Amino acid sequence: MNTEDIIDTLAGIEPGSALDAIRAHRLQARENAQKSYLSLFEPIDASEFSLAERAAVAAFVTGLHGESPVASFYREKLAATTDGAALVEAILVEIERGRTSGPYGAFPAGPLSIENKAGLIYRVSAERKPELGARLVAAFEHAHLLVFRPRDAASADMKALLAAGWSTTGIVTLSQLVAFLSFQLRVVSGLRTLAAANA
Amino acid sequence: MSTAVNPPAVFTQDELDWVSWIDPLPEAELTERHFAGLVDRARAKSEYFRLLVRDPEVLEARTRTDKDIFYNVADGLPRAERELAAAATSRYNGCIYCASVHARFASTYSKRRDDVQRLLDKGVGTDLGERWNAIVKASVALAATPIAFGPDNVEELRRAGLDDAEIVDVINGASFFNWANRLMLSLGEPSK
Repeated sequence: MNTEDIIDTLAGIEPGSALDAIRAHRLQARENAQKSYLSLFEPIDASEFSLAERAAVAAFVTGLHGESPVASFYREKLAATTDGAALVEAILVEIERGRTSGPYGAFPAGPLSIENKAGLIYRVSAERKPELGARLVAAFEHAHLLVFRPRDAASADMKALLAAGWSTTGIVTLSQLVAFLSFQLRVVSGLRTLAAANA
Repeated sequence: MSTAVNPPAVFTQDELDWVSWIDPLPEAELTERHFAGLVDRARAKSEYFRLLVRDPEVLEARTRTDKDIFYNVADGLPRAERELAAAATSRYNGCIYCASVHARFASTYSKRRDDVQRLLDKGVGTDLGERWNAIVKASVALAATPIAFGPDNVEELRRAGLDDAEIVDVINGASFFNWANRLMLSLGEPSK
């Protein structure tokens, strides 16, 4: 089991630094953000969502946020998996196709409709579908929805994942993984920005 | 399930229900591994937690992260302003359910119910005074993709009187709601 704190590593927080001391005041949060990472990427049971699939979705999601130490970390993680290494190039192409700015999407019809904002509805390109396979194609399209337009999510999106072979438990873990990365990327980015402002 | 749903069309501080689009575990099937994941046994009554407990390890770690970021107020940012960061993030991402819960908490702890309601009604650009504006703006910058939080946000938070430990609480609170919003928005929907 990996014991180094992944947020500290990705944010470049050195032991004994001011931010290290601040993070020590939220020790439960720090330790459980780490446990969340481990339970998603070194799970007890990967039968519903394989390690290579987890790494592939993570590389895609973090890449959609732009290049960063977090994105390169998950890309390397993917390259290190037996089944995932061959997918790195295809995923880089899909990241370029999917990159945009969010959040956008539609609110429930009513007074909020004036805030509706149209944007890219991402679909995996036809030429890369055979390489990624039905499960990852559905996972990437769902992950893009969650990254950029979470308010557009609908029950039909659950049906699309189930139809592509995802179990209900697998959907829960997939959702947690995409949502957790949304958190981890922001904590790392926020802490790096704060550290730079102090430098 | 969807026949019983009466989705709210506006942001509100009222108590809402939340209905899952996929099957939660039945209460009768929960094992000790699941109860460990729920952290609080009473959560077995909640459809949301009985769905998330399908992956008990990540639910447990996430719940403990949440509790420390929001409830550990021995130092750092006052609870009201952590809740403000959560409510502003939810307003911006469009999570009516999360916004209802955390706007309510922000109102309770700040006693500024009308200001909180204005955030819900008018959106994240509304004027709430220097300190709250800085927290809302930082939360929104963190929620944007690509992430837009930068040195200007840090400077603005400092001008509003926040020290680095408090700024870390803003970062944690706002970042955490990018996790929470995506679960609540994608696995089910709110109901009045």
